[in-house]
Amino acid sequence: MFKGSREVEARMYDKIKIIAGIIIFLIIMLTPFWYNSLTGKAAYIPQLKIGTDARQCVENTLYMKSNHANLLNKWKESVVREGMRVHKAGDGKLYIISLTGTCLNCHSSKAQFCDRCHDYAGAKPQCWDCHVVPNNAVGRWE
Amino acid sequence: MLGKALTGGKKYWMWVILLGAVILAGFASYLLQLKFGLGITGMGRNVSWGLYISNFTFFVGVAASAVMVVLPYYLHNYKEFGKITVFGEFLAVSAVVMTILFIFVDLGQPARVLNIIRYPSPKSVLFWDMIVLNIYLLLNLVIGWQTLNAERKSEPQPAWIKPLVILSIPWAISIHTVTAFIYSGLSARPFWLTAILAPRFLASAFASGPAILILLCFIVKKFARFDAGREVIRKIAQIIAYAMVINIFLSLVEIFTVFYSNIPEHSLYVRLLLFGINGHLLLSPWMWVSVVLGWVSAILLVNPQTRKNDTILMATCIAIIISIWIEKGLGLVVSGFIPSPLGEITRYIPTTHEIAITAGIYGVGILVLTVLIKIAIAVKKEAES
Amino acid sequence: MDRRQFLKIAGFSIAGFILDPSLDIRPKGLFANTAKQKITSYIRKWGMAINLDACAKKPGCRACIDACNIVHNVPGLGSPKEEVKWIWKSPYPTVFPEHIHIINREEIKNLPVMVLCNHCDNPPCVKVCPTKATWKREDGIVMMDYHRCIGCRYCMAACPYGARSFNWFDPRLFLKTVYQDFPTRTKGVVEKCNFCEERLIRGLLPACVEVCKENALIFGDLAAIDSDVRKILKQRHSIVRKPHLGTEPKVFYIL
Repeated sequence: MFKGSREVEARMYDKIKIIAGIIIFLIIMLTPFWYNSLTGKAAYIPQLKIGTDARQCVENTLYMKSNHANLLNKWKESVVREGMRVHKAGDGKLYIISLTGTCLNCHSSKAQFCDRCHDYAGAKPQCWDCHVVPNNAVGRWE
Repeated sequence: MLGKALTGGKKYWMWVILLGAVILAGFASYLLQLKFGLGITGMGRNVSWGLYISNFTFFVGVAASAVMVVLPYYLHNYKEFGKITVFGEFLAVSAVVMTILFIFVDLGQPARVLNIIRYPSPKSVLFWDMIVLNIYLLLNLVIGWQTLNAERKSEPQPAWIKPLVILSIPWAISIHTVTAFIYSGLSARPFWLTAILAPRFLASAFASGPAILILLCFIVKKFARFDAGREVIRKIAQIIAYAMVINIFLSLVEIFTVFYSNIPEHSLYVRLLLFGINGHLLLSPWMWVSVVLGWVSAILLVNPQTRKNDTILMATCIAIIISIWIEKGLGLVVSGFIPSPLGEITRYIPTTHEIAITAGIYGVGILVLTVLIKIAIAVKKEAES
Repeated sequence: MDRRQFLKIAGFSIAGFILDPSLDIRPKGLFANTAKQKITSYIRKWGMAINLDACAKKPGCRACIDACNIVHNVPGLGSPKEEVKWIWKSPYPTVFPEHIHIINREEIKNLPVMVLCNHCDNPPCVKVCPTKATWKREDGIVMMDYHRCIGCRYCMAACPYGARSFNWFDPRLFLKTVYQDFPTRTKGVVEKCNFCEERLIRGLLPACVEVCKENALIFGDLAAIDSDVRKILKQRHSIVRKPHLGTEPKVFYIL
């Protein structure tokens, strides 16, 4: 096969077994794709309820769509580790950094906004393991 | 070479399937632990490390003990050990795999384990332990595999392997020293706060690890018809004898300081460990089993007549493994938490799930060892014929 | 500095910080590194004094414990084995084992003493953490980052005061009500008292201090000579837990 190397007979042994094995492997590996296309589950687009009339989020919509997870990650570091609780937006506006206070103030329904898209994308953010969804919360002190 | 692990007799496959079943059972329990949290173990706010960390500590010692066959062979040119250095290295590999698994199952948030690397914290001994253990695993895997490869091709070892072997010797010492530092640097736990903890760890490791190696030699002699040779076993038994005597000596040194100084903060732990309190025995029966087994086996090993008797030697090795497993595991790790900083005396009893997970990790370790040793013996037999 | 002054200054500093854009304290860019920037050039050192006699006036009182548990969503597991505690009572001899000579003031011997995280100057828990999930802030608060904790519990082994708790189960299963201004924790992370860091930034006193009718808990800035806590520590004799360990606790007990 290769020049200069020993002449090796190019032949595939157990051809049928190998090809059958590859096909079975591919079928199993691609389960999510064919399963979803057969059952039509992938065909819908999640309908989100933004929950506010405000034109703009903390940053512009395009940025928020693709980067909200990064922004929240930075926020979390900023508040917890640096004690910095104010976010200066690109347009110079100042916001208090708070997932439940600032974000959910506008996006008042987690179920209709956050969850719908996360479910669709199969994303499982751990935020809600600890952070309280305001609507579900009861009890105040003071 | 890995292919050699796939050819074996009926007994071999039965053994592998048995180990597989134990691993699966352990894994099932681990899934439960993942779902419900570490609350399904016997640990709690006072005794916050238990069976997992105990076993972790014990097996770091087993891993470090490979140095006891590597050092005489490579540094003192003791040729007899050439036959089994690879066993020592592979025993270390399987032991390190177990230690890493024991740490992993002990984590409350295992998905975040890489945070140790993402946010390196050189002030934490655990950070260094992670580094030395992983490098030690790599060293032994490379050295063991390369040694076998050279043996298979009847070639001399390549030049680059020698520096690695030399490095692996102090590295073995380092893994157990750093592991001891996890405990001995804590002002909160007077029971661990002793400078001889690292030497004690090493002494007990050089008894328990080689004891496992001797048993391994007897097992492969019986089941794989591979004889390491009388001389080799005699020599390892001698090493164990010295190590065990030093281990007992160091424990007595500790006992003297604790009881003669009689600082309550220090002596209370040892009192509770050895005698319990108000009729509650706590861990004391375990500890006395460990003490008796340790002393008896030290005597049997120091005496040449009994040391040279294979049956007695085998029994002694088992006794030593049990004795040190108790001493270093429950006796050291769990006792450090009793009493708690607020004086609470808590009983620690591992739960079924905890034991199943532990057994599963043993299964993984023994499976890794079985496969590696099987390959090693196949290669050695091929090279001989 | 009395309480009113404290609140005023704290309130102003946060308000000014948010409202006045001329204060050069905000990040320059969107995500400028803010780690080195301080809210003011003056660094506070938070500390607490616990007046044992005042506390003992009301036996059985657990106002501070309840307040803390509520505002921090501390679960009530009811099982001593897995319990989560931020502030709780422990008998005097267990808190001060080095101060239990036989001839001791009768009323002190059986006194229940409030214990919480000591926010040590040399915190052993911080040193051992392999991920920096716990660290010491400039203002003296030993903080926890629950996002980063891997649950190895090395800090629990290292704390000489038993101040750290682990979430052996999902704490939400054991919360009757959820206080919505503070997150809960998740299973598998360690937690402890944070000196009400989230309240201090809003100019409020720690919940336990605010709720104590006996004024048994005195909180304030140890760096300010005229703060309440400094004043009482100057007038009365105080001890700390296990001083020989060199951790330098910032919770003082007034005898």
